[in-house]
Amino acid sequence: MIFIILSNDSIHASVFNFKSSLRIIAMVVSADIWKSFLSETGDIARFTGRFFTEFPRPRYEFGEFLRQAFYIGYKSLPLVAITAFIMGLVITIQSRPTLVEFGAEAWLPKMVSISLIREIAPVITALICAGKIGSGIGAELGSMKVTEQIDAMEVSGTNPYKYLVVTRVMATTLTIPILAVLADTVSLYGGFLGANIRGVVSWDLFWNQVFDTLVFGDVLPSILKTFFFGFAIGIIGCYKGYNSNKGTEGVGRSANSAVVISSLLVFVIDLIAVQITDLLQLN
Amino acid sequence: MFAETETASVKNVNRKMDSVIHVEKLNKSFGNNHILHNFDFDLLKGENVVVLGKSGSGKSVLIKCIIGLMNPDSGSVNVLGKEIPELNHQELDRIRVKVGFLFQSNALYDSMTVRENLEFPLRRHWIQKNKETVNDLVMEALTNVGLAETVDMMPSELSGGMRKRIALARTLILKPEIILYDEPTTGLDPITGKEISTLMLEVQKKYNTSSVIISHDINCVKLVSNRVVMLIDGICYASGTYDELKVSTDKKIHKFFE
Repeated sequence: MIFIILSNDSIHASVFNFKSSLRIIAMVVSADIWKSFLSETGDIARFTGRFFTEFPRPRYEFGEFLRQAFYIGYKSLPLVAITAFIMGLVITIQSRPTLVEFGAEAWLPKMVSISLIREIAPVITALICAGKIGSGIGAELGSMKVTEQIDAMEVSGTNPYKYLVVTRVMATTLTIPILAVLADTVSLYGGFLGANIRGVVSWDLFWNQVFDTLVFGDVLPSILKTFFFGFAIGIIGCYKGYNSNKGTEGVGRSANSAVVISSLLVFVIDLIAVQITDLLQLN
Repeated sequence: MFAETETASVKNVNRKMDSVIHVEKLNKSFGNNHILHNFDFDLLKGENVVVLGKSGSGKSVLIKCIIGLMNPDSGSVNVLGKEIPELNHQELDRIRVKVGFLFQSNALYDSMTVRENLEFPLRRHWIQKNKETVNDLVMEALTNVGLAETVDMMPSELSGGMRKRIALARTLILKPEIILYDEPTTGLDPITGKEISTLMLEVQKKYNTSSVIISHDINCVKLVSNRVVMLIDGICYASGTYDELKVSTDKKIHKFFE
């Protein structure tokens, strides 16, 4: 066994190196980048704040909300279902050899169901939605902005923020959790198929083990966090599209940055959700 | 001197009373870029006024301030007796029923059919009408622009000229008192451009509208204008009929008519 003993000098040296590294990072990331990052964060916060002030006020755009829920939710069903099925299948196939090595093959349904329900299915669903829905909203609103359709809406006596943003954000917030529940279920079917490719696990045994393993604390936090995923995907897509400029080039940029930022936010929200779940000892 | 000032003041008040749009000392800047500088403008009832100026001179900014899509930095924008910058959202909506806006890019909603595009302003302005009346209004507006057969088509299926006509039909459906045209013939071939200009004149005659037209197209200016306002360096540089301005010896004005 090797012990590394740090002297006072080496500790000082480490602290010094850490500080100088930070200084170098701060120099590399120039003031302009910090300024634009903080300015963008402020704008997103303001845009989100406007959602909460506009949302409770009439007039309520139920028709547009239902239309968006149909496009965002129903039209994403096949993609989410296929991806979730494949993820369940792949995770099971990949996990099996390791469990066999430890003689714990019987634990396969338990392990797979915990991984899929707690983490993989909700996060994969959110990432697919960030790609498909986030880019779609960013591009749609972006092109509406540059072709003056948003101005035309305002001239036609419509509050474009309520009509375009509130409806889409509500649709993503409410439909993505439904898609995640679907993904949870379908991924477990994939897991069942995966468990039976090399081995033999009966239908009853598989589902008994799954339901014995999963508890309320596994399912509820994983569904709750998808509401936040949905909100983040909707608000970022809308923000990027609504503030699009520089013509058609700007539309492409809006769609692209909507995907990048909302995907990143999905991971940040997931990290926070896991920490909260862990602190509350929910699972 | 006092008498002259008083006469000018009385004239100004009379003009303001006759005007459907009265803009006074309008200022608008974007950062350090001063677009409009104490700009004065009047539109009388039944008049077609063309605002002529270089690209980026603030013509579109002017009409966006008139319709309330932009707030001026200072100055007065009075439309049909209402001070636009002071209006709240509901009051602004009521004024917008009486003021139509034809966008440069047509701004037809891509996801809606022609019929839905035309019904949209009716539904949004809370104009409650039964289905048959709405259908009659839609067909009347489309017939006015000669495109009744496109009612169930999508905007993407139409040519540039047809899209412009549909956009005009959408503007007309609320039967506005004032129409603001933002470069109505830009991007169209000369023949279609002339057709649109003729259509604008027909609309004015049929509905007795007053219009502000932003245009670079000198043929359109010649055909539709009762009066031309030159917007140069952010101010109302000159105002007069097409024929008066065409023979002007001022270099800045003459350039536009070369």
